[in-house]
Amino acid sequence: MPAKSTRIFPLGENALTIEFGNEISERLNDLVLSLVAHFDTARFPCFVEVVPAYASVTIFYDLLQVRRSYPEQADAFTAVQALVEQAIVNLPERQQTESRIVEIPVDFSIENAPDLQFVAESHSLEREDVIRIFTAAVYRVYMLGFLPGFAYMGEVDKRIVVPRKTSPRLKVPKGSVGIAGAQTGIYPLESPGGWQIIGKTDLELFTTAEKSPCLLRPGDLVKFTSGAQAPSRQ
Amino acid sequence: MSLLIKKEGILTTVQDLGRDGFQRLGINPNGVMDRTAARLINLILGNDQNEAVLEMHFPGGEILFEKDMVFALGGAAFDAVLAEKPIENWRSNGTKNGDVLKFTKKLIGNRTYLAVKGGFKLEKWLGSASTNMTANVGGFNGRKLRKGDRIHFNIESTSKQESLTPGISNSLIPVYSRFPTVRFIAGAEFELLTALSQHVLLNEGFVISNDSNRMGFRLQGKALYPLYAKELISSAVTFGTIQLLPDGQVIILMADHQTSGGYPRIANVIAKDLPVLAQLGPGDKVAFQLISLEAAEQIMLEFENDINLLKTGLALGRYR
Repeated sequence: MPAKSTRIFPLGENALTIEFGNEISERLNDLVLSLVAHFDTARFPCFVEVVPAYASVTIFYDLLQVRRSYPEQADAFTAVQALVEQAIVNLPERQQTESRIVEIPVDFSIENAPDLQFVAESHSLEREDVIRIFTAAVYRVYMLGFLPGFAYMGEVDKRIVVPRKTSPRLKVPKGSVGIAGAQTGIYPLESPGGWQIIGKTDLELFTTAEKSPCLLRPGDLVKFTSGAQAPSRQ
Repeated sequence: MSLLIKKEGILTTVQDLGRDGFQRLGINPNGVMDRTAARLINLILGNDQNEAVLEMHFPGGEILFEKDMVFALGGAAFDAVLAEKPIENWRSNGTKNGDVLKFTKKLIGNRTYLAVKGGFKLEKWLGSASTNMTANVGGFNGRKLRKGDRIHFNIESTSKQESLTPGISNSLIPVYSRFPTVRFIAGAEFELLTALSQHVLLNEGFVISNDSNRMGFRLQGKALYPLYAKELISSAVTFGTIQLLPDGQVIILMADHQTSGGYPRIANVIAKDLPVLAQLGPGDKVAFQLISLEAAEQIMLEFENDINLLKTGLALGRYR
């Protein structure tokens, strides 16, 4: 049963958002994934797509189809809202399925980690300490956004938390692993960006393949490993 | 059975009505900026409304038709000429092999659309022919069209006589202006604006800044203030979402918007008025009118009903 703070509001006349709260927490994100799983399973033909975020779910719907399917309701928003309210009354707190664990090798060598030194210095640590602390945790994929396949993951250990760069880079290379506050993420494509870059992976986070174009999905668990290349032999 | 980009336009891309179903992966829908224009010209040609079209900005470049073909233009008026003869928007035109289409002057609007009878022969990505310029995929090789690009048609050729329609003169055609009023419904954080800021939003005009493109329109006007600073975690946004930026200015998210955002969502422009908004360019000025969600739904229902009537009418040959 979701929290009392839940609110439902329109996002234009073709979508509504169910907001369970305004904080990044596993509990609220569990509710999000649970609600999305419900709508994925039940398959409402009048829904265009259901989009999870940290603590909210947005349902994009076909207004005409909703009106046709639920003529007894005053308007489409009310009809979809009723479906949501029905669903969340009996919502399990957790997803029924187990999370996938995805291992991501990261090269932390200096040329691929322009901000690793900054992170270390901010906390009076050695670079190796930052890598050790960063790779010790298992991160949860809360949501995808910003770029195709960009996963917002958390939570970064307090000992290595750093704010975004005050001035974003115009070009962050593809595969860069960054930290922004308690979040971590990987740039699937070259892009402008303001996260502090501490490493780089060769894994493809996004491909143009028709089937599963993105490596990560909401709810996945991610383990970074230090995949630094061995120094080349002299 | 193709057209050739003889001279490159400043930004010409292949778009349809968008790529639904993948926003949860961070893949946004893209699609045409002016959906009504794209839908209407496809209907005029007897195409599916979702058939891919070329979206062109000014200067639009030159297009060489390499086969007898029937096409239609709609959206912005760029004073188009085909084989040196002026042609109008919102009607079908026949071309002969070798005819060149040019755009001589930007009269009104910023995006004009070209559809061909039967559609373009393009490989779809995730169910859509829209170009995703962030990921460089979809549309024509995932990029804007360049000189020398050749796009094939789905059908061999069309003779004029069998398929020319005199076009539509219809209330469905958007009324473009450089100073339109667009309607919106309140967003989740509309009430976060101070009473004075709400008043400003509803009574003052806002200028479309130079920093405006297919991703979003940044507006310049009197600063708007929230009652208190509110930090929001990211959630889904959509085409037409008006967000309040930390400096008090607003941005309206357009067709290439990101899938999520963390700025206060003060309003959403209604779908019916997005085409008029989408035709604005830097220096143009927009004003806003607040309407209820019920009214917005009703406007959309009536509009879709009118589209269906037009579709039926065209099918019956009423407009021939």
